[in-house]
Amino acid sequence: MTQLPQPLHDWFAARGWDIHPHQQAMLDAAYAPSTLLIAPTGGGKTMAGFLPTLAELHASPRDGLHTLYISPLKALAADIKRNLRTPVDEIGMDIRIEDRSGDTTYTQKRKQRADPPHILLTTPESLALLLSYEDAPRIFNGLQRVVVDEIHALAESKRGDQLMLGLSRLQALAPDLRRVGLSATVEDPEAIANFLARHPQPTKIIHADPGPAPDISMLETEVAPPWSGGGGRYAIPAVLEQVKQHNTTLIFHNTRAQAEIFFHHLWLANEDQLPIGIHHGSLAREQRMKVEQAMVDGSLKAIVCTGSLDLGIDWGDVDLVIQIGAPKNVKRLVQRIGRANHHYNAPSKALLVPANRFEIVECNAALDAVKEHDLDGEPRSTGPRDVLCQHILASAASGPFAADDLYGEVITAGPYAKLTRDDFDRCLDFCATGGYALRAYDRYQRIVERDRKWQLRDPRSAAQIRMNIGTIIDTEMLKVRLKGRRGGSALGEVEEAFASTLSQGDTFLIGGQIVRYEGLNEMTVEVTRRASDNPKVAVFSGTKFANTTQLSQRIMRLLQQDSWPDLPAHTAHWLTLQRERSKLPEPSRLLIESFPQDNRQYTVIYGFAGRNAMQTLGLLLTQRMEEQGLDPLGFLATDYATMIWSLQPVSDPTPLFELDNLRQGLEEWLAGNAVMKRTFRASAIISGLIDRMTQGKRKSGRQATFSSDILYDTLRKYDPDHLMLDITREEAMKGLIDFGRIEEMITRTRGAIDHLQLDRVTPLAAPLFLEIGRVPIKGAAEERLVAEEASLLMAKAGLE
Amino acid sequence: MKPFSFCGADLVALPSGALLWPSQKLLTVSDLHLGKSERIARRSGQMLPPYETMDTLTRLQTDLDAHTPEHVICLGDSFDDLEAGALMPENITDWITQLMAGRSWTWIEGNHDPGPLNLGGSHRAQQTIVPLTFRHIAQSTAASGEVSGHYHPKASLRTRGGNVTRPCFLYDQTRLILPAYGTYTGGLGTNAATLQSLMAQDARAILTGASAVEIPMPRS
Repeated sequence: MTQLPQPLHDWFAARGWDIHPHQQAMLDAAYAPSTLLIAPTGGGKTMAGFLPTLAELHASPRDGLHTLYISPLKALAADIKRNLRTPVDEIGMDIRIEDRSGDTTYTQKRKQRADPPHILLTTPESLALLLSYEDAPRIFNGLQRVVVDEIHALAESKRGDQLMLGLSRLQALAPDLRRVGLSATVEDPEAIANFLARHPQPTKIIHADPGPAPDISMLETEVAPPWSGGGGRYAIPAVLEQVKQHNTTLIFHNTRAQAEIFFHHLWLANEDQLPIGIHHGSLAREQRMKVEQAMVDGSLKAIVCTGSLDLGIDWGDVDLVIQIGAPKNVKRLVQRIGRANHHYNAPSKALLVPANRFEIVECNAALDAVKEHDLDGEPRSTGPRDVLCQHILASAASGPFAADDLYGEVITAGPYAKLTRDDFDRCLDFCATGGYALRAYDRYQRIVERDRKWQLRDPRSAAQIRMNIGTIIDTEMLKVRLKGRRGGSALGEVEEAFASTLSQGDTFLIGGQIVRYEGLNEMTVEVTRRASDNPKVAVFSGTKFANTTQLSQRIMRLLQQDSWPDLPAHTAHWLTLQRERSKLPEPSRLLIESFPQDNRQYTVIYGFAGRNAMQTLGLLLTQRMEEQGLDPLGFLATDYATMIWSLQPVSDPTPLFELDNLRQGLEEWLAGNAVMKRTFRASAIISGLIDRMTQGKRKSGRQATFSSDILYDTLRKYDPDHLMLDITREEAMKGLIDFGRIEEMITRTRGAIDHLQLDRVTPLAAPLFLEIGRVPIKGAAEERLVAEEASLLMAKAGLE
Repeated sequence: MKPFSFCGADLVALPSGALLWPSQKLLTVSDLHLGKSERIARRSGQMLPPYETMDTLTRLQTDLDAHTPEHVICLGDSFDDLEAGALMPENITDWITQLMAGRSWTWIEGNHDPGPLNLGGSHRAQQTIVPLTFRHIAQSTAASGEVSGHYHPKASLRTRGGNVTRPCFLYDQTRLILPAYGTYTGGLGTNAATLQSLMAQDARAILTGASAVEIPMPRS
């Protein structure tokens, strides 16, 4: 057993703390090449990660970078810095701890490169940027340890893939480097271990005591949840009551838009003037920092928030977590619950607030899953090649490399362990020449091979490559400002697509206030403050989580019960009503309802395959409806249903659902659709095919810039085998398309379709009408509508 | 195809974005931006799919085959810059020569291509065929009958199926502005201040796309 150095031991003892068994285990495993610690929030996880560093620096003080700490959030790095400073200062160790992110000043960053601290706290993007500098070998050559915090969250996105490629680079620069991953409770620790490992070496897994089971229940309210809609407004009095009774409450929402509405109404109902803040990713940075500071100071009773607060920042004395809306994913729910009560031995307290009656069913299923420790999750797929392309370019920016060496490094990274040399070479060719069948760019190659080493043709291009580093692709956002106050701070951002639907006089919510749209000034949405009872809501793409397969199955089993004694009476009544008026979905049959509404024909498919698969199904079916002349206009997908509206009614859905036909047409119909174009844009930016749009650039000439959709269409037409199309297809199939779950749905129901033609909206379909995220179909119907609308407008204007 | 009357001339707006003047056997296209991907690679190192010139010429060929004009006016910014024009691969210049064969062809100078190219045809700052005058950029004080390009106008229409945005022609009593014909071209919304002040209150927009559709010029 490795002993804690005396001063550290004394410091622990002075606080009356004992070292946790998993902290000791981490100390004992200090020299393992790769270690993964699985521990619940509040388990002293971060301290466990740093103990070996403190012990080593105490035993043999030295200069230069010893430990690199990576977290998914800038705020987390700053938080850890504070927490780590306390023991280091009190013990009197001479250790420099600094953080580095997009917010760090230029001077500070330069200083860090020239004279790195002992411990550097940073994010995957900042690390990738550091690695792209010519002096990366000098900065990192003495590096001993890298600690990856919240690795379970990073492993879910391309940020994790980029980070693992970064670690493979670091390992080449510092061969003795040992890596540590810190993870919340996950369903498959082996997968995370494999992700972190330096292949082919193994990762040692250490499990901490999971602590007491959480105290979690549904919030009892006087009023029943509404028939439909999201946001949980009805529960505001009950939520306020809970906020009063607790020290600090985190109120989680699944989308930013819902957080906005809820906050707005919470504030209206807040007669006691309780200090309550809002925090989400679309708010201006200054706004968010103000809330974060207030939280640290303990001056807020509650924060209305979204996933931007999902990760383990220590916000002080949180003793209650309220989840508004169904959690969609049991694992994330458990992790959110863990945010309450950062004391290891006390159970976390959480309340679920279903936003509507269907969510009561979902929340019930999720509660059962938590009680049974039945965590869910989708298996991780292999590393995406757009990220690899970015890594190749960034490597070239750092210095010349031999293809063999870089390939050798890349396959030590977990996500890329199975990457073939052919695939690697194709990515390399893409980076060098664009990889087009028409070899048009030989004279403009980005990287060239000289003396068996690949290098930048024009060293000045390094700056451009660095500007494009990162894998987070934002939808195009526009800043919102109060009119006439150009110097003032922005209120936040809205999606460009949302802004384009606004007319002067429209009102919407942002940062908890209602504003009136006045116009677009260059790339800024100008607004005035205006009270209005019924604001439109800013539509943020936000994260829309898909219900996991496991949770969907639980929900369907629940619907199949003869009666629902565990559900509130109103919900049981609602389901009974659905059973009377239509049917309840069965796992082994596919329920489809058709009914007219608002001049359109609606068809609802209850597939329970998760949002992404239901969206794909919408794309597939509307394509086939287009062929059949049913004039589909658009569709909307939720976790449990796809709703399609068309000009003509669907009278026989059976031929629409032939799996072979669906699969056969997959390639063709996928090719032109909006999801593929969105996926293409993201991959094109990550791989360096197109530059990240910066606000300034867009300002300078709008007609000079054109949409990436045009590039996608052109490539498909003239170079259908191009690498980028390959990557787009692969990305879409595993993420947004999720065809696997459509196949599962069709196999599960084996052609048993119940089609009900009804005269009005059914109880189960009603909530769908309030969902956001409608996808328009650009088909024959659009032409007809354009013609229709045009003649209306001409007539109105007295023309023609 | 949308026939319309402009300053006494009977014109046709094609869904492709080309303008036809049947009585003069004249076809006009604007802002082809040929060689754009080459120019971007040369200037910034970014390597976009190098197929846009091919695609633009294919569409132009389709219009020429369908309407067999005797005169063609390219309203400027035909090439993304003069160097792009000079660096065209031989198969492309051969193709352009072939499109030009047997008809009179005028290259109007644009801000991207302000000089002559070695491609035949005539090169002019502007051209008048009474009652119309063709130039690249609209002049705020121009006499009526001005036909121009440059702005790449696009218009948005709200339908009950959602918003639709397409490149468009704009015209009023004085001037006509053509949409950009080139494949790699973006657009300027009709709500932009420049277009708002250029076009009179009663201006109309003709949307391009699968068919050409006329609406009052959208103002917000």
